[in-house]
Amino acid sequence: MRGLLGFLVLLAALAGGAVWMISAPDRLPAGEFADDAGGDPVHGETVFTAAGCASCHHAPESEDKLVLAGGQRFASDFGTFIAPNISPHPQAGIGAWSLHDFANALLRGVSPEGRHYYPAFPYTSYIRMAPQDVVDLWSYIRTLPEAESPSQPHEVGFPFNLRRGLGLWKQLYLDPAWITAAETDEARRGRYLVEALAHCGECHTPRDRFGGLQRDTWLTGAPAPDGKGSIPALTPDKLSWSAEDIAYYLETGFTPDYDSAGGHMVEVIDNFAQLPAEDRAAVAAYVKALPEGGIMD
Amino acid sequence: MKITRMTATSLTLVAALAASGTAALAQDLPGPVKARQGQFNILAINLGILGDMARGKADYDAEAAQAAADTLVAVSMINQAPLFPEGTSEMDIDGTRAKAEIWDGWESFGEKWSGLGAAAGELQQVAATGQEALGPAVGQLGGACKACHDDFRAPE
Ligand code: HEC
Ligand code: HEC
Ligand code: HEC
Repeated sequence: MRGLLGFLVLLAALAGGAVWMISAPDRLPAGEFADDAGGDPVHGETVFTAAGCASCHHAPESEDKLVLAGGQRFASDFGTFIAPNISPHPQAGIGAWSLHDFANALLRGVSPEGRHYYPAFPYTSYIRMAPQDVVDLWSYIRTLPEAESPSQPHEVGFPFNLRRGLGLWKQLYLDPAWITAAETDEARRGRYLVEALAHCGECHTPRDRFGGLQRDTWLTGAPAPDGKGSIPALTPDKLSWSAEDIAYYLETGFTPDYDSAGGHMVEVIDNFAQLPAEDRAAVAAYVKALPEGGIMD
Repeated sequence: MKITRMTATSLTLVAALAASGTAALAQDLPGPVKARQGQFNILAINLGILGDMARGKADYDAEAAQAAADTLVAVSMINQAPLFPEGTSEMDIDGTRAKAEIWDGWESFGEKWSGLGAAAGELQQVAATGQEALGPAVGQLGGACKACHDDFRAPE
């Protein structure tokens, strides 16, 4: 029944030529990210760590998190997505891409062939990335080892397997605007880490029935996407930890009563433990400044 | 149609049974489950003593630090197999967060437990040598806790 309904909605949508137009991929202008000289791979590594690229793209059973062979499975209401190979291998990975292709993927969610990516790839957050960080990240990723295993197709049924429909989804949900206000440099750094790179909202914010993040309940916790358990709220009405407690948790995984983190948060902590202490403090300050119940003015 | 209705009825029944069962089960966990949760709480309490000293939230006390580290080592020597009998995963009973993967991957689970032993052993060596040494050693130990929870402990 739901599938049929979705099909009818889709047909109606496709019938409108205007809709077909707005569902077309929106790409970066050709002149942007044309020159890949001037990337700093050392800083690119920090961006890579904060953004958690390896957390999703390393092979499922591999101890070496820097071989970006893909293969991890992400279950959702819409089907199971399988992370692709993004190692520098020219055929299996993205070794033959240009910087412009890479920037289009991260900042627009569009492939080199002009297909929309699914938002299981959190470009909805990466769209807020600073241009120089994209350049640096690209120069770092190109230094990583090549992996030969080809990317596997997603296990996504009709109608969600029609990527064109994602164009409409992006019209609704792909928004480069910041979610919170930030006045100081520390606040801007914290906001950049939370809302752009580390994409905390992708896990800690509830989604509506089309899978879009509900900005008006920002970071108020959500059911786990694989349907098992839930992800806790970070807003001050629910999380009473001090800023220092939050920073310590991001460094060590210890809660204030010395329980130890589990699940997907472990990957986030493994990344944050490698970042400078100021970055963890900036994220903690951001979390402490959240409005109660996540309601933005 | 008939089948659907029957399924619906039996589902309601199962749900009702499950709901009434939960409260009873939570107080009435099998002994091994209570015991394993208890050992994890002993770990957390002793780690707390060391962690608070490492962070400067509590004054450093060499004797208390050593006692806490010794306790961690002692707990890490508890044989885990009797505490994880078949039929006590989160799929089987309420009131536990032990994933079924523990039983499918018992060897890997055992390695994570040994990893805890190794990290606790290092902490035991340095606990009484001064406050500065605690931070890194506590961090290492935390890594051993996380590594196991990542794979084998279900979310709340
Ligand atoms: C939450 C998991 C997740 C994270 C974090 C993530 N990705 Fe991905 N990524 C995916 C998934 C899933 C896809 C597949 C999307 C699709 O096919 O529509 C993907 C696709 C891609 C692609 C397209 C590959 C191709 O063959 O077309 C690139 C490039 C990419 N990711 C790079 C990155 C980089 C760089 C980062 C870090 C800044 C990153 N990803 C972080 C899950 C993730
Ligand atoms: C990939 C999903 C994911 C991402 C991204 C993520 N988290 Fe989490 N987070 C979780 C899960 C799952 C838990 C529950 C951990 C557990 O079960 O021990 C959690 C727990 C937490 C907690 C502990 C809350 C409590 O009440 O115990 C804090 C604080 C937290 N996350 C902050 C953050 C911040 C800050 C970011 C971004 C820098 C972030 N998280 C990004 C999934 C995520
Ligand atoms: C080898 C795996 C493993 C290691 C190592 C480990 N844990 Fe756990 N921990 C578990 C599992 C599995 C559970 C869930 C037990 C259950 O609910 O039956 C758990 C539960 C807990 C609990 C909750 C107990 C309760 O009351 O339900 C705490 C607290 C905890 N662990 C702390 C720690 C700390 C601190 C460390 C490190 C010093 C640690 N654990 C190391 C596997 C591990």
